[in-house]
Amino acid sequence: MHLAYPAVLSALLFCTGLYGVLARRNAILVLMSVELMLNAVNLNLVAFDVWLDRAARDTLHSGQALTLFIIAVAAAEIGIGLAIVLAVHRNRGTSDIDRLRDTAETPGGPDGPDGEDGGPDDPEGPGGPDDPEGPGGPDDPDGDAHDSDGPAATAAQKAEATA
Amino acid sequence: MTLAAAAAPAAHATTTAATQTHGFLSPTGVEIAFLLVGLVTLGAALVTVTTRQLVHAALWLVVALGGLAVEYLLLTAEFIAWVQVLIYVGSVVVLLLFGLMLTRAPIGRSPDTDSGNRWAALTVALAAAAALVWVVADAFRTTWVDLDGAPSGSTEVTGQALFQNWVLPFEALSVLLLAALVGAIVLSRKAKAEAAPPAVPGARNGRGPAEEGAR
Repeated sequence: MHLAYPAVLSALLFCTGLYGVLARRNAILVLMSVELMLNAVNLNLVAFDVWLDRAARDTLHSGQALTLFIIAVAAAEIGIGLAIVLAVHRNRGTSDIDRLRDTAETPGGPDGPDGEDGGPDDPEGPGGPDDPEGPGGPDDPDGDAHDSDGPAATAAQKAEATA
Repeated sequence: MTLAAAAAPAAHATTTAATQTHGFLSPTGVEIAFLLVGLVTLGAALVTVTTRQLVHAALWLVVALGGLAVEYLLLTAEFIAWVQVLIYVGSVVVLLLFGLMLTRAPIGRSPDTDSGNRWAALTVALAAAAALVWVVADAFRTTWVDLDGAPSGSTEVTGQALFQNWVLPFEALSVLLLAALVGAIVLSRKAKAEAAPPAVPGARNGRGPAEEGAR
């Protein structure tokens, strides 16, 4: 088999995952795209390991060993990543990474348009319909469903931070 | 070819002789199978990153990862293929589906799965794909992998390599997995134990009617 076939397929899969990471908004879809990128690298490692095994009589099998390690690390990564996404969803009511802008530096000042304080003077909560940054914006149909528990969750988070 | 010469000086002559008898216009059966499965894999990956239905994305990811397992089998890496089926298709996708369910992902089409910068993302991905495919195809277009003979990734070979040469990283990886397990449990428990009690008297009961009045 030509080595170009697995190498080109791996490059294309990696770029597919790259597009997914950059273009998706749901955090779990971003994690899926990361898995695609990791698998592209795995295919590359296995193909080159088989080639080195046949061409250079390589007995170290570093490519396959590294592939197994990457698979195990990816399993750990998906577990931690999903735990973080679930914690964020529990606190903020959304897993939309475009709305998690608490640490963003906006040109309007240190306190961005998201209203980080979440106090009584901010009834909409983070990422509300008046959020000019959110591409979903006012036409977002499930935005209100997420925002209904937004202030309470934010206040709870605030209380947790001050406690 | 320079990489081949650098990596395999002993087998350089045989590799070069092999490449001159194999062209891209007369593919072998393994190559045709690899190409077809690769097309299915790539198509499933493209649907995974473009579909608007979240659960369908996870299911197409199963097709892509399963196709990659078949590619590993075609490359005679049997152990990796079955590990791929067990861990990726068996557990990672199930974890992702559980995550989708627990974050209350909508069933059916959701309008905002792609962010506003998808055209920039498409530009970056296409540029990266063009550059990578050009470089890789130019570098390895004459390299031939001889797949005949004993499989180079059977359980015996991989186990010997793993437990003779890679024991220390293997053990370190087990510690990493343990740490990840503990970390996931801590992340899941801490939010429940600390965020729930302060939310009941101060936030939820106190702010509930005011919030309804505001709306």
